[in-house]
Amino acid sequence: MENKNEKFEGAVRKFQKVCDIIKSYNNDKNKLIPILQQVQHEYRYLPEEILAFIATSLEIPTAKVYGVATFYAHFALKPKGKYIIKVCDGTACHVKNSIPIVNAIQKKLKIDESNNTTEDMMFTLETVSCLGACGLAPVVVVNEDVYSCMNPQKIDKLIDEIMNKEVEYADA
Amino acid sequence: MKKKTLSVNGREVEFNGERNLLEVVRKANIEIPTFCYHSELSVYGACRLCLVDVEGKGIVSSCSIIPEEGMKINTHTKEIRDIRKITMELLLANHDQDCFTCAKSASCKLREIADKLGVDKVRFKKTNKEMPLDLSSHAISRDPNKCILCGDCVRACEEIQGIGVIDFTHRGSEVVVSPAFGKEIGKGECVDCGQCARVCPTGAIIPKSEIEDVWNEIYNDKKFVIAQIAPAVRVAIGESFGYQEGISLTGQIVAALKLMGFDKVFDTSFAADLTVIEESNEFLKRYSEGKNLPIITSCCPGWVKYAEQYYPEFLDNLSSCKSPQQMFGSIAKSYLAEKYEIDPKNISVVSIMPCTAKKFEARRPEFEKNGIKEVDYVITTQELVDMIKESGINFNKLEPDSLDLPLGFKTGAGIIFGNSGGVSEAVLRYTCEKVNGVKLTNCNFNEVRGVDSTREATVLLNGNEVKIAIVSGLKNAKTLLDKIKSGEAKYDMIEVMACPGGCIGGAGQPVSFEESIKQKRTEALYNTDKMLQLHKSQDNPYIKSLYEEFLGEINGHKAHDLLHTHYANRKRLFESEISLIKANNSQKLEVKVCVGTNCYLKNSQTVLQRLLDHLEERNLVHLVDVKATFCMEKCEKSPNILVGEEIVTSANFEKVISNIEDKLVLIANSN
Repeated sequence: MENKNEKFEGAVRKFQKVCDIIKSYNNDKNKLIPILQQVQHEYRYLPEEILAFIATSLEIPTAKVYGVATFYAHFALKPKGKYIIKVCDGTACHVKNSIPIVNAIQKKLKIDESNNTTEDMMFTLETVSCLGACGLAPVVVVNEDVYSCMNPQKIDKLIDEIMNKEVEYADA
Repeated sequence: MKKKTLSVNGREVEFNGERNLLEVVRKANIEIPTFCYHSELSVYGACRLCLVDVEGKGIVSSCSIIPEEGMKINTHTKEIRDIRKITMELLLANHDQDCFTCAKSASCKLREIADKLGVDKVRFKKTNKEMPLDLSSHAISRDPNKCILCGDCVRACEEIQGIGVIDFTHRGSEVVVSPAFGKEIGKGECVDCGQCARVCPTGAIIPKSEIEDVWNEIYNDKKFVIAQIAPAVRVAIGESFGYQEGISLTGQIVAALKLMGFDKVFDTSFAADLTVIEESNEFLKRYSEGKNLPIITSCCPGWVKYAEQYYPEFLDNLSSCKSPQQMFGSIAKSYLAEKYEIDPKNISVVSIMPCTAKKFEARRPEFEKNGIKEVDYVITTQELVDMIKESGINFNKLEPDSLDLPLGFKTGAGIIFGNSGGVSEAVLRYTCEKVNGVKLTNCNFNEVRGVDSTREATVLLNGNEVKIAIVSGLKNAKTLLDKIKSGEAKYDMIEVMACPGGCIGGAGQPVSFEESIKQKRTEALYNTDKMLQLHKSQDNPYIKSLYEEFLGEINGHKAHDLLHTHYANRKRLFESEISLIKANNSQKLEVKVCVGTNCYLKNSQTVLQRLLDHLEERNLVHLVDVKATFCMEKCEKSPNILVGEEIVTSANFEKVISNIEDKLVLIANSN
């Protein structure tokens, strides 16, 4: 029973939240972007069928919603991992060797540019152009936490820590 | 009023009401190249070819600048020339340049402008990945490798038809024009009108060719191949052979088709006459009973599919008459087969149409009986031109030939079907004479003619006012239907054509970016009507004998069987479902709640939310599988909820819950 209720919680609550989000914007098609942002916050990405539902509720073409969702790098159409690692590759971070960090992460997590999420849905790697913290270069952001002056060794350790935490969580 | 002027290349040019500099410059007979500018679409300013130098402003795109008194404009400075050439080179670098094998080659605007600008080499390396073709639609073919991202198709679909099947997706160098989720265009809400192809400057979207199929039929000795020519084709084909615009060339088309090997050549206008008789009587019956009014025309397959997808509540208003194309096919494979003593299996009907949606219409399953299609192949005016050229026929030197009888004989009423307003006028020529009981001497109903895309007219029928609306472009149809729904407008008869101007503006017509061309084709059809001896469908002697010899009563049993059809609500979203509860019991009940537009508007998601809460409270989540889905094709009875195998229509929370509980009891008892 426990398991089922958890699933119920997931899909149903998320969908109900989507309905509430759309309602909170009075089904206003001009609010598509904030709606997509909030919906993505719920699902961690934008599932196709939810985009179709949003298009229906706002009475705009599905292709338009898809166009907006694919335009902004912020929106993801594929599920992302629990931990999103953003490596800054803006000018300052780049000259301070951000690429070796990217390579180290890819090697450690067995992912690449086109396949940037681990199979266990734990990690997603993204590169971004400038986080506005050039003084701390090279910068890596994991979900909401900022890590400064990174290098391949530090990132390796950080990922290990996250993995260990996850193992403990699963065991508990 | 004082005349306003500005200077173009040192010459004074008057302007008055032009929307932008580009139109003023063109008025001064100076050609400025553009890809993304169409007078009927919104200004986009993307192709950067219409650049001009405005003194004090610098180099700007002329399509998006409002003319001002005293402006000094230069259109062909060295700098502009250089920019245009580089822009063209960049566009070409992202284009597959496969001109030899491209169907659009002869009428490609990209090729033409590259040539005009003297672009003799492309210095940039190609960077684009090759993308797959989209051949999923019967009406159009998409080749993204030929797309220059001018956005004309995107705007045509949204602004003319109000649908928006395709849009720009992705970003920067990755941008492509695509249907939602990168799916195939033939599987969704596209109504096949092809207006995207009509405005496409390149071969990225073109009408789908059936030329090979038609040649195979002609070469097949067992097949008796007959052609039907739609009215709009004859007044446009000349454009492809250097004739003056707006000339009717029926005789030359007949001669060419005979030379190509067609056994008989007939006229879709004959079938249009037949449509007039059936549809007029259907209207008069409905009008006298006050039932299912307004009657809405059903000749246009783009409109019919649109109505099936978006306006299911109006499906009973659609005339049950098949379109002239399908009436022709139906009569050819029955009446004509009998007359010629040929097995309908061996008759091949090839339609020559100005339209891409007719290709889809011919393949609708309801137009096929015992494996025999009413219409076997549909080629557009463009395809006919290609076939004529391929056959080595010198079209311009052909002696006109006459259409065959009986299905080649028409009245002017059948001819004007190709114009927006034509169907209404043809029906009025019948109904006025029939109802008023007086021979109609002046057949022209000028009140239904005109260039506006939405028109209204009132006609007296036996003293009663009949209100008519004529609309072309589906976005305009939507506006009109919404007004009827809200009670703001009321009509007895509505004519809808998907393409602006009617069939003469169809996507299968010779490619033309001239804005005046539609008006010339329209006039040519009205002139053809004028020159015919007969103008009223009821005067067509071959229609009379068709009823006497074969069909029997107008609107009678046989006529209904052969000439009428039915419509069904049609899904428009791609298959997608939102899984909400996954039951784990082996014997589970499946519940699907529709959240498509019609059901959503009737609050189906509220019912869904209450249902989910209820199932959780009652601890039934292991027994009931719940999904949100899109469209069960019963929108007229929304909201719809599928419980097990049964669709609960006009559903509310209580109704659904009691239905679910009944079914759960059945499941429990069966164990």
